[in-house]
Amino acid sequence: MKSYWHSVILEKDYCNGCTHCLDRCPTQAIRVVDGKARIIESRCIDCGECLRVCPFHAKGALVSTLEILKKFKYTVALPAISFYGQFDERYDMNTVYNAMLLLGFDEVYDSAYAAEVLGGYEVELIKNNKTQNKPLISTYCPVITRLIQIRYPALIDNIIRLESPMEIAARCIRTRLMKQGYANEDIGIIFITSCPAKVTSIKNPIGVEKSYIDEAISVEEIYYKVMKVIDKVDVKKQIQKSSGRGIGWARVGGQSYSMGIDDYIAVDGIEEVIKVLETLELGKLKELDFFEGYACVNGCVGGPLNVENTFIAKNRIRKLSKAYKLDGPMPTDSNLIPKSIEWNLPLEPMPVYKLDNDFKKALEKMAKIEEIAQSLPGINCGACGAPSCRVLAEDIVNHMAKYEDCIIIKKKKEEAT
Amino acid sequence: MKPYMKDPANAAMKLHYEVAKDDFARAGEASSKIKSVLKQLGIEGGVLRRIAIAAYEAEINLVIHSEGGTVEAFIKPDCIELYIEDKGPGIADIDLAMTQGYSTANPAAREMGFGAGMGLPNMQKVCDDFTIESEPGEGTRIKMVVNY
Repeated sequence: MKSYWHSVILEKDYCNGCTHCLDRCPTQAIRVVDGKARIIESRCIDCGECLRVCPFHAKGALVSTLEILKKFKYTVALPAISFYGQFDERYDMNTVYNAMLLLGFDEVYDSAYAAEVLGGYEVELIKNNKTQNKPLISTYCPVITRLIQIRYPALIDNIIRLESPMEIAARCIRTRLMKQGYANEDIGIIFITSCPAKVTSIKNPIGVEKSYIDEAISVEEIYYKVMKVIDKVDVKKQIQKSSGRGIGWARVGGQSYSMGIDDYIAVDGIEEVIKVLETLELGKLKELDFFEGYACVNGCVGGPLNVENTFIAKNRIRKLSKAYKLDGPMPTDSNLIPKSIEWNLPLEPMPVYKLDNDFKKALEKMAKIEEIAQSLPGINCGACGAPSCRVLAEDIVNHMAKYEDCIIIKKKKEEAT
Repeated sequence: MKPYMKDPANAAMKLHYEVAKDDFARAGEASSKIKSVLKQLGIEGGVLRRIAIAAYEAEINLVIHSEGGTVEAFIKPDCIELYIEDKGPGIADIDLAMTQGYSTANPAAREMGFGAGMGLPNMQKVCDDFTIESEPGEGTRIKMVVNY
């Protein structure tokens, strides 16, 4: 399996080897080895749960800083839609976008507008879906797409094969700038991200060969710099152009709401999403047309790289959505057409839990795992470094751990001798 | 229909679960465990889904209709076999029970969204081979085979 670049990283110096992250990781991707947490890269879906729960801030997200602007001749900032929710209501978004020009960007693009246009195509797909693959599944949260690839391969055909708003916006910007004469390498399209998974999507895209975005900077970094200059901004340009429909995508349910569909569910928080995916895998909930799921509570406003309290931000998004109107005509944009927003690569399952490529060997391993798991204490304490006794049994069979790593087994053995 | 018979030959692994009557809180646990084992064995998505549906529907039937019973899965090199056995009460008219939309689920089960009369028809639909035997007063035995 090809290895892939991850945004979520571990800063070893801060880690004290506790079990907070072990417990929370939804894909059992973390082990504590020699007193330090370690991430198994093939299993990590960049959800950021570990980053959120780590009491020592030993988990981080790899993002760039504003220094990166120097690398390019022409730079475009593409703020995540949840950026709308970060600022107090007395600063309107157009002022914020103009403030970003003062930070050194040559241009700022409103990605909510791309979401709005995308929603127009998406709703057609949903309404005209005559296949057995119901409900269709949104790919807006890349964590959920990765989760389906590794844990729910039977649901891959339910996934809507359209690019994310940030990606279509970037394609449109790059195409325009190249037409204007800029060389590809001179253009720097920089996503302002609330989430590590989006950074991973840029470096390691799903469904396309290469992202049209070059770098990502966190919302945190930009937010404080914008706040320093915002009172001095001379608003020159009209940059904000999305209606309330696109802005709504920043919170859970906003996507479905903006498309005006009725039979959908919108689920936030990775544990809850897993419950729904388990149900979908059994062929249930066929009466639904659409499912939007988010790893973060409240959707993208809950992203770990945001600054504002997620519930406050969610409420702002709701209010802004209303203020920027939800009932106008759907925009059509000749630069944002279906041909340029569909994935061109197939979405493959990533069976990272598979024990062996040889079915017979996999069966043998499985039998051993069952046997070992029975003999372990079953209290899932995490002291061995694996999140549960069952996972320790798997690691033992895969030669990644020893039976004596279990402290209870070890103690019993010592007492016996 | 072939007579119900357990065939342990070639079973590389056998999974066995007890399912209790009316235990809605645990309903689905056995099929969920079977599903995760099959994922680790690398069973392809479509096949996995069919087995998961068959096992889940059978498990729910045990909870709603039976006096309790067992779900067994035999994992073989070319197929999965599911064996469902219960302690009663048995089905008087199997053809009627196999009819879409026919259900004898009680109001409590219906309250929880079960009893649409699709369990047995769905099980038969997703399997490559389906055998059911039942007598009132005795239990019901079902064998389902899903080929890879």
